[in-house]
Amino acid sequence: MELIANLGLGFETALSPVNLLYCFVGVLLGTLVGVLPGIGPTATIAMLLPITFSLSPVTALIMLAGIYYGAQYGGSTTAILINLPGESSSAVTAIDGYQMAKKGEAGPALATAALGSFFAGTVATLVLALAAPPLARAALNFGPPEYFSLIVLGLVASIALAHGSILKALAMIVLGLLLGMVGQDIYTGTPRFTFGFFELYSGLNFVSVAVGIFGVAEIVRNLEDETTRDVMIKRVSNLWLTRAQFRRIAAPVVRGTILGSALGVLPGGGHVLSSFASYSMEKKLSKRPQDFGKGAIEGVAGPESANNAAAQTSFIPMLTLGIPAHPVMALMIGAFIIQGITPGPNVINDEPALFWGIIVSMWVGNLMLVLLNLPLIGLWVKLLTVPYRVLFPAIIVFASLGCYAIASNNFDVYAIAVFGIIGYVLVKLGCEPAPLLLGFVLGPLLEEHLRRAMILSRGDPMIFLHRPISAVLLALAVLALVVAVLPSVRKKRDEVFVEED
Amino acid sequence: MDRAGIKDILSGLLFVGFGAAFGYAATGYPLGTAFRMGPGYFPLLLAGALAVLGVAILIKGVTAAAADSPVGVVPWRGALFLLGALVYFGATVRGLGLVLALFGTALLSALASRHNAPLAAVAIAAALTVACVAVFHYGLGVTVPLFGPWLR
Repeated sequence: MELIANLGLGFETALSPVNLLYCFVGVLLGTLVGVLPGIGPTATIAMLLPITFSLSPVTALIMLAGIYYGAQYGGSTTAILINLPGESSSAVTAIDGYQMAKKGEAGPALATAALGSFFAGTVATLVLALAAPPLARAALNFGPPEYFSLIVLGLVASIALAHGSILKALAMIVLGLLLGMVGQDIYTGTPRFTFGFFELYSGLNFVSVAVGIFGVAEIVRNLEDETTRDVMIKRVSNLWLTRAQFRRIAAPVVRGTILGSALGVLPGGGHVLSSFASYSMEKKLSKRPQDFGKGAIEGVAGPESANNAAAQTSFIPMLTLGIPAHPVMALMIGAFIIQGITPGPNVINDEPALFWGIIVSMWVGNLMLVLLNLPLIGLWVKLLTVPYRVLFPAIIVFASLGCYAIASNNFDVYAIAVFGIIGYVLVKLGCEPAPLLLGFVLGPLLEEHLRRAMILSRGDPMIFLHRPISAVLLALAVLALVVAVLPSVRKKRDEVFVEED
Repeated sequence: MDRAGIKDILSGLLFVGFGAAFGYAATGYPLGTAFRMGPGYFPLLLAGALAVLGVAILIKGVTAAAADSPVGVVPWRGALFLLGALVYFGATVRGLGLVLALFGTALLSALASRHNAPLAAVAIAAALTVACVAVFHYGLGVTVPLFGPWLR
């Protein structure tokens, strides 16, 4: 069995002491930022990218991945205990989880979240291991036109699934693509949009853009309304489930896992979508839908499993095609590039230890998370009492030092400030920042494949329609766009995302 | 400020502005042909698309029937302190070295919050400086000198 041999290689890599240690550091940090509202995995991973330079590629990526799925876990703790989603994907968990906590059932709610997530993580890791190799093999046949169309599809799909105005999201993508053009042209070396600054020749620093738009802009937004949060539950007891509760959560967990695994592959925040979708599905299937919103354990089990499954499967497009599904994956791609590995279908063959090591580490990390989250819950509750006014200066300091340390370039620090302003203004005007970052990361790739394809076809744009795979991908992109603007779908989409803000 | 579609109008104008600026700059680079695209070709295409999208958003804002949600307050004081903190770091990290750059940045950003009294801000800044020097300089071996050439 090839799969078993591959997983064996993965275990060998993931269980080496160094990788175990950094996997632990990653999930610990992830839980930390997930628990703390106001700082998310995107900004954290962006800030920690420079630190991973000195690590080997496998170790670095294992740690960064750990931060991402660790944050999904941590977010649910905050959602349940203080009714504030630590992460956008745990917004749904807050609905019934907080009600359970109010009834004195914080323990079972947290246990449900942890066990559901662990089950989902295990299954989704297997899905990833099974689905990735054939996809990567198929992607090896892709030429420039296919890649161009695939990137277009990814960008378009990311809007169809996000919330807010579609026109604005499209504009944000294009703006991101343009920002990605800054720096020397790949073919001729002509410096573009550099205003004569030599520091910009290698392009805008992508860590600065991410930290500015996601970190600084978010802090300014939080400064608009500085309220102190209350931790109502100081002590959590009875961190286990009764036999009856186990029976109630079993089906929702399985359904949530399937839903999440499928939706996670989609570009643009599949993990957020999947938790909302799972919640409404459980509510529809339940014999007692009136309990939802009043502390139904199913309303915690389904969405928590779904968002964790989606967090794992969202690695599929990144690992097999080199196309990020959302900003965190875009940062992971950045990490690959920093380590000198071109993300894409070749990774699985060229770096099997890396590929399988990351996959297996996710399962190991999920196991660590259960151990971290249940017994150490008291520690996380304490952490929630750290006031924001202490927290955000730390974020600013880490961000400046982290960005500066990448290349000892003070320009990168100024860029954070500039993108902090741009990000804040755009968010204020109702534009979502995630499409911009995706566009920024994919811009150079999109241009490269477009130019290569046009050289192949001697300047005939019909090449994108003549190649069957490319044509299908473009058709899907058009379909996604049409579906997203259909009035009936729009209404549903607004309903699904309405509670996210 | 709370007129109909104000957010759409402003963001539309912003996108048109970005499109025009990028478009103008792109015409300064060789365009090439569709066969062999020059460095200006794709950016010009994108800038045009951005301007068109901006106009569409603008039109949507002008013709909006219902009032948009208000833009809301802007925390000017906090934002200025935060930006000041970042600019200060960029400007001084080379000259003053890690310790003073970190301290100033932490102090300025702590002052961005109304809930931090000056003394509390100093305390936060001092604690953060110590922690960062320990983690980055001694722990991770970041090669920024602790005290820079301006102090020698």
